[in-house]
Amino acid sequence: MKHTISVLVENKPGVLARISGLFSARGFNIDSLAVGETEQQDISRMTIVVKGDERILEQVMKQLNKLIDVIKVTDFVGQSHVERDLVLIKVNAGKAKRSEILEIVDIFRAKIVDVAANSLIVEMTGDEEKIFALVNMLKPFGIKETVRTGIVAMGRG
Amino acid sequence: MKLTGAQIFVESLIKENVEIMFGIPGGALLPTFDVLYEAPVKFILARHEQGAAHMADGYARATGKVGVCIATSGPGATNLTTGLATANMDSVPVVAFTGQVATHLVGNDAFQEADTTGITRSITKHNYLVKDAKQLAGTIKEAFHIARTGRPGPVVIDLPVDVQRASCEFIYPREVNIRSYKPKYEGHPQQIRKAVDLINQSERPVIYAGGGVIISGASGELRELAKITQIPVTLTLMGMGAFPADSDLFLGMLGMHGTYFANHAVQNSDLIIAIGARFDDRITGRLDAFAPKAKVIHIDIDPTSISKNVGVDIPIVGDAKNVMREMNKLLAKLSPRNREKRKQWQNQISQWKIENPLTYKKDGKLRPQFVVEKIYEVTKGKAIITTEVGQNQMWAQQFYKYNYPRHFISSGGLGTMGFGFPAAIGAKLGKPEKIVFDIAGDGSFQMNIQEIATAVNNKVGVKVAILNNGYLGMVRQWQQLFYKKRYSGTDLSPNPDFVKIAEAYGAVGIRVSEKDEVDDALRKAISVDGPVILDFLVEREENVFPMVPIGARLDEVIRGLA
Repeated sequence: MKHTISVLVENKPGVLARISGLFSARGFNIDSLAVGETEQQDISRMTIVVKGDERILEQVMKQLNKLIDVIKVTDFVGQSHVERDLVLIKVNAGKAKRSEILEIVDIFRAKIVDVAANSLIVEMTGDEEKIFALVNMLKPFGIKETVRTGIVAMGRG
Repeated sequence: MKLTGAQIFVESLIKENVEIMFGIPGGALLPTFDVLYEAPVKFILARHEQGAAHMADGYARATGKVGVCIATSGPGATNLTTGLATANMDSVPVVAFTGQVATHLVGNDAFQEADTTGITRSITKHNYLVKDAKQLAGTIKEAFHIARTGRPGPVVIDLPVDVQRASCEFIYPREVNIRSYKPKYEGHPQQIRKAVDLINQSERPVIYAGGGVIISGASGELRELAKITQIPVTLTLMGMGAFPADSDLFLGMLGMHGTYFANHAVQNSDLIIAIGARFDDRITGRLDAFAPKAKVIHIDIDPTSISKNVGVDIPIVGDAKNVMREMNKLLAKLSPRNREKRKQWQNQISQWKIENPLTYKKDGKLRPQFVVEKIYEVTKGKAIITTEVGQNQMWAQQFYKYNYPRHFISSGGLGTMGFGFPAAIGAKLGKPEKIVFDIAGDGSFQMNIQEIATAVNNKVGVKVAILNNGYLGMVRQWQQLFYKKRYSGTDLSPNPDFVKIAEAYGAVGIRVSEKDEVDDALRKAISVDGPVILDFLVEREENVFPMVPIGARLDEVIRGLA
């Protein structure tokens, strides 16, 4: 089962290594990881998306809490929350195909952020499903490159 | 007042009341050792950094204080790692300082550089790289606080050589406040009440206690708990001494080489009260068949230990001493009906004890168990015993009766061969009034044999009893039982002459090959002030029994070979 885990940590060197080490030591692959400062400069928030055995994940959550530099750990499973991921897609776009692509971009409320002779860069924010749908629609044109920020999440209310 | 980083280091140790530290200097520590030259902190020069780490560990386990060790950058730091991992697995408060190359060279593949914080991250409770002398005092304060509080453990401070040379104002913080680190010492009152109810209702309860009881200083509370409730007590290896071995309620150790009666009691119990223990694989045997009828109360300061291996009915996160004290207040005298039930349970256990006592073949031959029994007799059970790892460790546990906490010191979690001897040196320096014996194997002892020099030069009167069978005995035992006696890579013979080695170092060496020489040899060893190496040439293929093979249920015990 997929878990989106939010970890509030001290903004210090080595903290990321400590946290990723807990997952790698158990052979867990981190699907995505996003880190950034919070409203307080000395505190960062990490959003980690990971799949794995429930019992081992529960143990990992406890171990995360045990790390000296970890302030708070939240698992969003079963909690009402908002998830967002930002994607940049560089797609092949000769003159003939441009308008077709622009139509798709409009429908998805995405943006064109760069135009070159033979390609476009499309930017979109959304949840996993929406990104997946856009990528699928753009595939026939030929995707040259994709980059994602990883999911960030926030509890509602 | 402005001080250099090296001076701040030493002043901070003084503020932490550090009396002694163990280590080896090196290029990246020269400024610090220059200050140590006239500092009031005693420095013990080890012969290998692993030895220094185990000495700090043994000192900490014997005294309850934080042990301190120091090693230089690169190989000095990597040599410390086995000692740090050992302390980490057994929750021992150690603060280790490592020299590091100058900050501008870090990450540059400089001479004697290693990524010490990276290497030690997963084998310490916490670690620091100090890049600015201004942060040094605060970091040391935090490190000692983290090492000794909550579930204790080792903390590493990596100290670049230019930070040792830089100067700044020295202000030692009075208090530590780490917002993300607040260990929970008080158990939840409602959980404690529930636990007490469950204890009152149980008919066949067992207390299973571990090293947490010793760390928390809760032996008195444990005795009280057992006394009020008349519940038998089994201990883990780390818990030896937490409950007096000469009590009628004592079951000995449980698990792979636990007693027949402890394992049967646990398997047949209807309630396990786990206190400061963590249900590791050497304890539970086959996990899905562990104590099938038992409910479990688990008291531990570390929430990650609870429900890790065995499902728990009543978890109580807190300090063993506080929680037991609260429980003891609430536990009433037993009702007549319960008293009768407990009596039946005790009778059943007594029956198991009579049918399958802990024993060995008593003939004319010099057997290792006999040596351990004799050490108990001659030291009147008052010595601090350290062990190496393997058969020697199990016999030391089975045949010496530990009646006091902090008197049995052994590498339980990591199982580090070579631990016992340097740990004995550390223990003796912490408790000079005590007789300290390292019960060793010939294999393990050779892993840190160089520390005889440390013991001799510092006049540390530890006694080493080598149970010399010329084998890596525990592995050989497994090969005998499960690999058709194919003794692959386990024969150490011919061993060096340990008596001559002792003498070459300036220690006393005594060889014993007959049973009737044991008593005299031990008495002579104790009468000598300095270190003594006793080489007991014991039966080569003696085995440790009882034994629960890997993957078997706790009550599927091999009692011995015919």
